[in-house]
Amino acid sequence: MAGIVGYGAYVPKYRIKSEAIAKVWGEDPDRIKNGLGVHEKAVASNDEDAATLAVEAAKIAVQRAGISPKKLGAIYVGSESHPYAVKPTATIVAEAIGATPELTAADLEFACKAGTAGIQVCMGLVGSGMVEYGMAIGADTSQGRPGDALEYSTGCGAAAYIIGKDEESLAIIEGTYSYTTDTPDFWRRNGADYPSHGGRFTGPPGYFRHVKNAALGLLRKMGRKVEDYDYFVFHQPNGKFPRAVAKMLGVPNEKIEAGLLTPYIGNTYSGASPLGLANVLDLAKEGDRIFVASFGSGAGSDAFSIRVTEKISNRERGRPVSEFIGQKEYLDYATYAKYRRKFKGM
Amino acid sequence: MRKVAIVGVGMTKFGEHWERGFRDLVTEAGVRALEDAGMSGAEISAGYVGTMAAGSLIGQEHTGALIADYMGLNPIPITRVEGACASGSLALRQGVMAVASGMHDVVVVGGVEKMTDLDTAEVSEILGGAGDQEWELFLGATFPALYAMMARRYMHEHGATEEMLASVAVKNHKHGSMNPLAQFQNEITIQDVLDSKMVADPLKILDCSPLTDGAAALVLAPLESAKKYTDTPIEIAASAQASDTIALHNRESLTGVKAARIAAQAAYRQAGISPSQVKVAEVHDCFTIAEIMAIEDLGFFPKGKGGEASLNGETQIGAKVAVNTSGGLKACGHPVGATGIKQAVEIAWQLRGEAGKRQAPGADIGLSHNVGGSGATAVVHIYRRVN
Repeated sequence: MAGIVGYGAYVPKYRIKSEAIAKVWGEDPDRIKNGLGVHEKAVASNDEDAATLAVEAAKIAVQRAGISPKKLGAIYVGSESHPYAVKPTATIVAEAIGATPELTAADLEFACKAGTAGIQVCMGLVGSGMVEYGMAIGADTSQGRPGDALEYSTGCGAAAYIIGKDEESLAIIEGTYSYTTDTPDFWRRNGADYPSHGGRFTGPPGYFRHVKNAALGLLRKMGRKVEDYDYFVFHQPNGKFPRAVAKMLGVPNEKIEAGLLTPYIGNTYSGASPLGLANVLDLAKEGDRIFVASFGSGAGSDAFSIRVTEKISNRERGRPVSEFIGQKEYLDYATYAKYRRKFKGM
Repeated sequence: MRKVAIVGVGMTKFGEHWERGFRDLVTEAGVRALEDAGMSGAEISAGYVGTMAAGSLIGQEHTGALIADYMGLNPIPITRVEGACASGSLALRQGVMAVASGMHDVVVVGGVEKMTDLDTAEVSEILGGAGDQEWELFLGATFPALYAMMARRYMHEHGATEEMLASVAVKNHKHGSMNPLAQFQNEITIQDVLDSKMVADPLKILDCSPLTDGAAALVLAPLESAKKYTDTPIEIAASAQASDTIALHNRESLTGVKAARIAAQAAYRQAGISPSQVKVAEVHDCFTIAEIMAIEDLGFFPKGKGGEASLNGETQIGAKVAVNTSGGLKACGHPVGATGIKQAVEIAWQLRGEAGKRQAPGADIGLSHNVGGSGATAVVHIYRRVN
């Protein structure tokens, strides 16, 4: 099939603590931290957007792959916060990293799972021989209505994957399986500043149904068991859901910790499970097996079975996710509100 | 007038039925009640259904016709009645009057509400219509706010504490934990209630009943022919209803529900019993303070003593009077139009001795107390096991 030839991650350096948000809205910060499992979230600066985040991650992916960007035959950027309603983010990325003009490019949207959808598209293009390398990016500067529960979790971040042939891969994607239905658990209408969501309806009929079924479907398809995997990465809208779905599937907690970044950077939407996977690839060793299940509201989950190869040593060419997570500067609520353009009239 | 008996009962699980609609829920409850009575729809000659706000919640009016259609009961007459959160008990009263008068023989009565299709803010606004739209809701007084004022005044006059309020929720969750049809089957502690999110001081989220989808139904028949359908008919020994001002601020008192007291007195007279003879009661605990006022209005405890009695466990299963064995509105859930019928279903199960783990010992006389709005409508029914 196909595999990961290079990957890159980017998380903006600004953070806001759940306490700082809770204080403004008169909420109990411990209830947020214990309930949602989010301590702080990453905040893009006022000169950053999903396109710049995507470019930062894409550059590192190219470094790790050690290929000329001209060899990329396709770039897909998955996001729910594309800077333009009409005009692709993917062309901005392609131009910025020097991949133009001989390639195809397009934007994808599937709430929090457009990044993994792009990986599947690239797997198809590489597998069929249509392109030598394809790049899939999940990047978001997601929105949460001020005062809504979402405001504590909507973070900013991106991860990029270069998909190529098996033999060049630092991790081979052994199989993928998707589970998709029309389930309106979360949405943002055209022209709306902030999304709407169905509260608890985002849980059992949304996240849990899809992630669980995608995971079980892939295990069945691969003829594997939970025990065959060393790491699990689940979509992480908060710190609570991935732990709960791990429990449902019988995955021990220690296998999900490396891929669970939301407590420290928030839910980076299209970037979330790709960033979790990037952190796992930073730590995994040759022969390790990694299981990924993303989730996008609306709703669907893409599951992947990944095996790490000896080429994982190529990861030394790029900055690890931990550097981005460790390098941080805290904002007060007012500055955060300015950076995230939450003031009317800006 | 003829004596009337319950010969069949049924209800859905109460909770968030995201994959089922209004018509699915009410049909399931109705079919269960018919099955329980061992009869087919062909024997039913009329129906009454209580639903408070189907028009606002799901955009469906003309629900009587919808239900007749989906239950396969055409062409018999089915009528919807509405009295806010007391809609279910009003439907039951219509059924009782129809059978007692001889107008109809076998009647089905039901209650249903489908509430979780909208977000909480929208539903709160809709439920606010149970009060005075112009003088309460329009000025921001939603139901938690109205009951919070009643709670504050009650605490001021009678020295009740927030722990006493909390003890009502703790007891109802304990009862709910034994009811497989309850929305919440988890036990909670007084500390959990006190630590839960403030809604309208002094009422925390765990002092409040939830939003719920659900339906319940009963089959009524003349007592004289009830044995034809069941070995365990339950006589409806009293049916009483009273009204009071629509707005809370026009009441004589904030620390009790006068309409409930009047309905209770009338019901006790009809049944020829005193409050101390009631062994099981389903009361309208839309908020914890409401149950404390209810057990006083019903004469189970003296005025001002309901909080202490609750804290001391005098209302739990095994006590002299077991209150809200189903879990009440708090734990069993509160699909507003269905609540009054669910109360009757629970009492029927208790009096038949079919309440499983939550069976109250020696239950021979039961009572249901259903309140609309902040007390503008109150309905009390008394039920008796027939040996």
